[in-house]
Amino acid sequence: MQTTDSPTAPRQLQVYYTKVDRVFRGFVAAAALFSLVVLFLIAAFLLYRGFEIFSDFGLGFITNSKWEMLNPEDTSTATFGIAAMLVGSVITATIAIIVAVPFAMASSLFIEYYAPRFLRTALTALLDLVAAIPSVIYGIWGYVVLLPLVEDWSATLNKYLDWIPIFAVRTPIFGRSPFLAGLLLAIMILPIVTSVAREVYSQAPRDLVDATYALGGTKWGGIKTVVLPFGKSGLVGGAMLGLGRALGETVAVYLVLNLVFEVNFKILASAGGNVASLIATKFGEASSYELKGLMAAGLVLFLVTLVVNFFATVIVNRSRKIV
Amino acid sequence: MTLSIAGDIGKGTHSLSVDFSIEPGEVVGIVGRNGAGKTTLIETIAGIVPMVTGSVEWSGTDWDNAARKMWVSPEERRCAVVFQDLRLFPHMTAMQNVAFGLKARGMSKGEAHNVAMQKLHVVGAEQVADRRASVLSGGEAQRVALARAIATDPAVLLLDEPLSAIDAASKESLREVVATVLQQFTGIALLVSHDPTDVATLATRTISLGAKQSRA
Repeated sequence: MQTTDSPTAPRQLQVYYTKVDRVFRGFVAAAALFSLVVLFLIAAFLLYRGFEIFSDFGLGFITNSKWEMLNPEDTSTATFGIAAMLVGSVITATIAIIVAVPFAMASSLFIEYYAPRFLRTALTALLDLVAAIPSVIYGIWGYVVLLPLVEDWSATLNKYLDWIPIFAVRTPIFGRSPFLAGLLLAIMILPIVTSVAREVYSQAPRDLVDATYALGGTKWGGIKTVVLPFGKSGLVGGAMLGLGRALGETVAVYLVLNLVFEVNFKILASAGGNVASLIATKFGEASSYELKGLMAAGLVLFLVTLVVNFFATVIVNRSRKIV
Repeated sequence: MTLSIAGDIGKGTHSLSVDFSIEPGEVVGIVGRNGAGKTTLIETIAGIVPMVTGSVEWSGTDWDNAARKMWVSPEERRCAVVFQDLRLFPHMTAMQNVAFGLKARGMSKGEAHNVAMQKLHVVGAEQVADRRASVLSGGEAQRVALARAIATDPAVLLLDEPLSAIDAASKESLREVVATVLQQFTGIALLVSHDPTDVATLATRTISLGAKQSRA
């Protein structure tokens, strides 16, 4: 073998694209950029319209709960704060996640590892179908069917668990509560969380699951040893996608939750709200200044949802290269 | 305590007919060209792949009988497998891997870890007990996989290329470990290998897949 004292410089590689390739490349690049541009424009629009509110109220817009404008013509009579709505958003979304995730885990494991093939196909198709139901339908169903049931459940919870502060109420009225909204949101996000969990669990290495059987493990042993650890990050990602939807849900929450501008941690009490339902409630009759307040609230919600979805994407991607 | 297998196994390019019996104390070397169905045979006996026709019978009991639609699930068979690709659980330590089968069979955690440590000692891998399987070297992982297979004291030990994918020096010492394990093993052992030296030194009898099978 011959060696040289000075290695030659690496050859410059050149890639030539055909015209069709260049056109297609430009098209898909434009399509990819378009969604980013739209996202940026929405944020810019909300910031532009709501900037005056952030400037007038500062941090108080986030920390205060009062939302009133005594004289629509006089901006000095306005007090805008979304603390109660933010807390409401977080509480209802948290209830939704706590209820939905165990159900989603159980149903995705059933679909992937226990259901016969025909049922698996049917249930998977059904999940996609359920995910497409408009939220107003959920809202109406929640109001008509779920509300009376949840009133009874709430009374029972309050009767036995009122020593826990979140289950206590000042007056025993259990109507349109954060608990009801949370349960309805749980039902609404169940399809998306289940769908992600099923996808993640299906990617668990089958040969390792088989190895658990070959070593004397049961099906549950295989799931516990291989599937759940491999799917952990992905499940968290799915839950966060659900959380994103739950935080931003408008119509269904608007129909089943009593809008009260007061920070309420008592989940059975008939008082609450979330940022999205605040916007839906006030939008139609808002003065131009109040409209700016709603835009500012929308921007906060937009940022919160964006952050949640960003973390969800990161976690889902991590699950693909787990262990 | 005889293991008998007779019938067709596998599908497509891996399908083949087999017919043989193995007595306790025997170490049967399974040889054959690539794609002959050696791994499929191991997986069929372990219960991961069902028989197409015929049956797998152990000690007078059908583990798998296609005609009678009888099938004993893998966890109910007294088998243990060293897979060709090892299939260690990468997120667990070597100790947890070895203890897995013991705990699956109802042994307490403490006792399982004691037994696992003994088995790791037998294969010379006790020093990696607390290391995650994902960071073990090829030779260490092979030893842990062997310890995991013998930990449950199986009646049938299935070794699918247990000496593959390691360098020549490590292979020699690992072959000695496998030989020691097989000498002490009183059950039925099947050893799949491409290497004639492995089969010649470790097996007491050889079955060539692809060649016409005769009932032994």
